[in-house]
Amino acid sequence: MRRFTLIAVPYAWLLVLFLVPFLIVFKISLSDAAVAIPPYTPNLKDGLGALLAELDFENFAFIASDDLYWKAYLSSLRIALISTFCTLLVGYPIAYGMAKAPEEWRPTLMMLVILPFWTSFLIRVYAWMGILSTEGLLNQLLIGMGVISEPLKILNTNTAVYIGIVYTYLPFMILPIYAALERLDESLNEAAEDLGCSRTQAFWLVTIPLSKNGIIAGCFLVFIPALGEFVIPSLLGGSGTLMIGKVLWEEFFNNRDWPVASAVAVILLLILIIPIVLFQRNQQKQAEAEQ
Amino acid sequence: MKRLSWFNVTSLTLGFAFLYIPMIILIVYSFNAGKLVTVWSGFSTKWYGTLFQNEAFMNAAWVTIKVAVISSTFATILGTMAAYVLVRGGRFMGRTLFSGMIYAPLVMPEVITGLSLLLLFIGLGLDRGVITIVLAHTTFSMCYVSVVVSSRLVSFDRSLEEAALDLGSSPWEAFRLVTLPIIAPAVISGWLLAFTLSLDDLVIASFTSGPSATTLPIKIFSAVRLGVSPEINALSTIMIAIVTVGVISASLVSKRNSLRAQKDAQAAERTAE
Repeated sequence: MRRFTLIAVPYAWLLVLFLVPFLIVFKISLSDAAVAIPPYTPNLKDGLGALLAELDFENFAFIASDDLYWKAYLSSLRIALISTFCTLLVGYPIAYGMAKAPEEWRPTLMMLVILPFWTSFLIRVYAWMGILSTEGLLNQLLIGMGVISEPLKILNTNTAVYIGIVYTYLPFMILPIYAALERLDESLNEAAEDLGCSRTQAFWLVTIPLSKNGIIAGCFLVFIPALGEFVIPSLLGGSGTLMIGKVLWEEFFNNRDWPVASAVAVILLLILIIPIVLFQRNQQKQAEAEQ
Repeated sequence: MKRLSWFNVTSLTLGFAFLYIPMIILIVYSFNAGKLVTVWSGFSTKWYGTLFQNEAFMNAAWVTIKVAVISSTFATILGTMAAYVLVRGGRFMGRTLFSGMIYAPLVMPEVITGLSLLLLFIGLGLDRGVITIVLAHTTFSMCYVSVVVSSRLVSFDRSLEEAALDLGSSPWEAFRLVTLPIIAPAVISGWLLAFTLSLDDLVIASFTSGPSATTLPIKIFSAVRLGVSPEINALSTIMIAIVTVGVISASLVSKRNSLRAQKDAQAAERTAE
């Protein structure tokens, strides 16, 4: 009996507040928009037959026919891919440096990486607004140094979005790579060097392949949330920055077209399933390898 | 002991500069006397004064803290139960669905979680306010808590529990007297994680809050959309300070605890001899 309660309470909670809402989104994505509030026709009350009869793929057809959505999905994918790659380029040397640092420094370095992660996401994005704006500190600095004569427009462009994603998701990249590098056996590199590899060769042929799992995990941990990101494109990006999270938000709050917003959400989820499944498989493989 | 190569020193220095300089700039400019956040015009703490007089911000801060305390407490209880079920529950009907529902919210884009919960609340006819935000935050944070707690549950010695059961305690007593003290650090860090997640959340709160309850991130977001402002810098500085003190003291406490545990173990060994 007690075991039943223990299982039933969290189970029921998640069913009602996670699974059911999701089914509702799915259902509404197949409903017609209505002018009334709530702005969709609730057709659950008329029984299941009526419900099924009313479902249609109008909203999906609408999304497929409108260029805006295609572009938004594609550009989200591109932005997420590019920024994941940049995060890897920035994060790997930091993780590498941490793994090579003297052991008594490591807890401190680790805390320095985790600390920004506990600080508000919104504040970390906001911090860049003052730096990247046309009158911002970066432009002041570059003009002061004589590198440029005209201020660069960085804020409200895709570049600012890349910087924002790299900055906010960097800890997610560093931590798994660091975990992989820390376990790396130093003698393997020494063996490679003894056998005639140069340092650089040993790095590319030994260190990188052995930290592969950390790299993969880090990339997924950045790519998956970056794809549906809303805060960064809306604060740092411009009107030309199309990201699907932002489109969903605007469809919902500005156009108040709930069925289309739901259909956008369903498609986003379908796109996300592929990286999520791949990520999980990678994690499982890693867990099995450790056993 | 090996010395760090110049390459590693450079990458660490540049990396941490990249992580910290934006926040340091933010803090420095919160003490700027002028209204412009990009031009320095002398030291002043006046923005902290105007911030504390800004009733809308203070109300939002109060709502946010209330939501965070309640939702993280619920999330910790539910998440610990869920972790226990996942690790110790054995087989039961729908176990795969259950573990799927624990992990899915971790990777679900916030816009989708927010949208789906809002549609549920409207379907149920719930008025949007503090309660709906608490329900929403509890749901996604309990998943984080259960991941943190289950990693601790997996690693601990089950025979301790069995010993307690053999010595005549009920399963609940065994949990309360043996398991809970051992997993306590994970439960506490789960609570802290849930608390900060709730404190930070903008997207899900925007979907699930009504006009009666505005949280601080919603307030900050609408202010920041219009551009940078020194008041927001002051607010950010306060939040960064709280987090820094919290994280550093938490790590000191855990360091002290592990030292004490080491000493206890040594003392126990000596008594055994």
